[in-house]
Amino acid sequence: MSVIGNTALDFTDDQAMILDVARGFCADRSPLERVRDLLESDLGYDPAVWGEMVDMGWPGMALPEAVGGSGLGVSVAVPVCEALGRSLLGGPLLATLLAGQLLLRASAGRDCSAVLAAIAAGAPATIALLDNADWGTEQIRCELGSDGVLRGVKQQVMEAAAAAWLVVVAQEQGEPVLAVVPAAAVAPEARRNHVLIDATRRAQTIDFSGVQVAGDAVLRGPDVARALRDVRLLGGLLLAAEAGGSAASCLDTTVEYLKTRTQFGKLIGSYQALKHPCVEILMALDATRSFVYHAATLVGDGPLDEEAEIACRMAKAQATETLKYAGDRAVQFHGGMGFTWECDAQLYVRRAQWVQQAFGDAQHHRKRLARLLLDR
Amino acid sequence: MSQVSDREKAEFRQQVGAWMQANRPADPGFLLPQSFMEVGSEQQLDFLREWQHKVWSAGYLGMAWPRQYGGQGVDPVYQSIADQEMRRHGVPICFNVIGLGWAGPLINDIGTEAEKARYLKGILSGEDIWCQGFSEPDHGSDLGSAQLRARREGDEYVLNGTKIWTTMGNFAKYMILLARTNPQAERKYDGLSFFLAPMQVPGIDPRPIRKLTGEYGFTETFFTDARIPASCLMGEEGQGWKIAMRTLQYERGAEAGAAGGLAFVRIAIDDMIAELADVERDGEPALQDPAVRDQLVQMIMEEKAVVLCDRRAAIPALTTDYPFSLPLSNKLRFTESTRRMRQMAINLQGADGGLYVGDAAARQGGFWQRAYLNSFSATIGGGTSQVQANIIAEHILGLPK
Repeated sequence: MSVIGNTALDFTDDQAMILDVARGFCADRSPLERVRDLLESDLGYDPAVWGEMVDMGWPGMALPEAVGGSGLGVSVAVPVCEALGRSLLGGPLLATLLAGQLLLRASAGRDCSAVLAAIAAGAPATIALLDNADWGTEQIRCELGSDGVLRGVKQQVMEAAAAAWLVVVAQEQGEPVLAVVPAAAVAPEARRNHVLIDATRRAQTIDFSGVQVAGDAVLRGPDVARALRDVRLLGGLLLAAEAGGSAASCLDTTVEYLKTRTQFGKLIGSYQALKHPCVEILMALDATRSFVYHAATLVGDGPLDEEAEIACRMAKAQATETLKYAGDRAVQFHGGMGFTWECDAQLYVRRAQWVQQAFGDAQHHRKRLARLLLDR
Repeated sequence: MSQVSDREKAEFRQQVGAWMQANRPADPGFLLPQSFMEVGSEQQLDFLREWQHKVWSAGYLGMAWPRQYGGQGVDPVYQSIADQEMRRHGVPICFNVIGLGWAGPLINDIGTEAEKARYLKGILSGEDIWCQGFSEPDHGSDLGSAQLRARREGDEYVLNGTKIWTTMGNFAKYMILLARTNPQAERKYDGLSFFLAPMQVPGIDPRPIRKLTGEYGFTETFFTDARIPASCLMGEEGQGWKIAMRTLQYERGAEAGAAGGLAFVRIAIDDMIAELADVERDGEPALQDPAVRDQLVQMIMEEKAVVLCDRRAAIPALTTDYPFSLPLSNKLRFTESTRRMRQMAINLQGADGGLYVGDAAARQGGFWQRAYLNSFSATIGGGTSQVQANIIAEHILGLPK
């Protein structure tokens, strides 16, 4: 078997239709002036736009029909995330999709339908995952005691202020468990807002110590560890799709400038020193989209197999490097303008630096890929 | 659409696979060319000629060409299957590529009966080697500006000028030649004509070009008052450009009219990884070195991206942004990743990376070293990577010239 492995790439009619609708919606509701209006707002997104997404069924698109979802599977979330990224549209959708996936995948034999139904109906949710800055660790520090009380601090909880439900990753006598906590159970003084390098996003550090978790709000068992592993991969995939969308509009921004800016009597886009890196970005972007939709082809609602794992990790590694390069060159190629807040390049370069670490940076994924590809 | 049933295809695949398995030549003891552009010695030529003749005699070359000209007149899908099996069994190339993939299909398509009878069989058997005379020293990628002059004198054309990068020019019996018959034509393309020209005539002097590998494979071919029969003209005067462009379409393989056979040996990244299995760094297996592993994964991703981009190119809904970006960047992506992989294969060999073809200790006789140096033929030939990048920037991104 070649290390190149599975190269399936399909795009269903559902995905195509949703990509089309999502691109149109995001472009219309999130022009860059609107993105800028929201940068320094508390929430970071427009609740009215979120309401429209709920009306279109997006939070529940990958959830089963039994809980009020659309039952389309997680692969339809990929084009939506690409569209969000293209228009830098923030808000709780990505976090909510992932929290839904985590609950769905961890809850075999256990009824989570009330929370899943709430999510499908539009209640934002998120995962409290990180105990420290290491995306690669398997160790969980946050603890669920025998008294049903949580002890520990979680950091960088995505869109936590918006979330009605928090899925807390904890350990109970060394075994991973999920505690499903309503937002009201976490006191305001236990929350601290992060200042993120990507100002289109929001996140919090939350001290869950003392939060009492109801007995039926804890998910245990072997499905939990597997679901956690899968959702880390799906997080990488959805962020890769989003980063691919952002890299595409970043490249458009740069190219537009190079076509209009004149220096030394010439349009600067005629200089090969600027032209050729743009081609490199385009080709990296083409690779990103190919990896992303290849991965979307291989992930299903069941446990992710090794080929799907490889595909998700490649997608995240490729997308991360692409947006980093696209954002970095966008600033540089805008010259003095690129150094200003007013120039849109800052939106992309700052997003690139946030997304490169989230759900594991490129080196992290390549390290895991090396095990999968070279040690067999 | 092919009328051949799946069962017939499977049976044929098994049959040809068994033949390849049984007849795959043993290691000849010298490095074989990885592509038809690398045939540099008589020794290599003799070996490859014998191999092609054997493949053709067994009925696995030119299968879709007419019976009376040495083919078998069967559905081209059979040849495609034979080619896949040749690839799978890692057999040598069928070296007469300009004949098999350019001149032959062209003659089959638009040649006269006389031309078919005269040329086709010799192409398949390997007896008649063909070369291509398109590029000129001053017009590397700009074929339309070809200046080699063909002047009609009675029953002959008199040729004067120079062609370059003539693959196997020193071995070839015939050349497909693009020459200027009318320097006064309003459009430069209309002054060109196409010839099936003999090489062994006075005034044609192919001089081998020594490549950076130290080997040969191409010639610079000088024409000084060389006289060829007027009957060598293909079609009519002025049709040269159209006919030359037509030859390019056969690259898509047997289904497009080519005779078949491998034009180059594909080197997979798995071959490089296998090569590194016994290499050590710092007293430990190189494949356990974290930096090496990271590099290898990046290379695997580069190669996988080439395949996945091909897949995505077939899905219109996923190519709406820049519809021609994937096809237009394919050459750049593929050839650059090929070059980088071969370079990496040398760089990871430790001290062995400093050895070269001819050294008894060189890994696989210096296979990777030679492959890396030869890989520039693809990043330079057919439009350099830098020209490709300009084309993509201007035609896809719309950046100014």
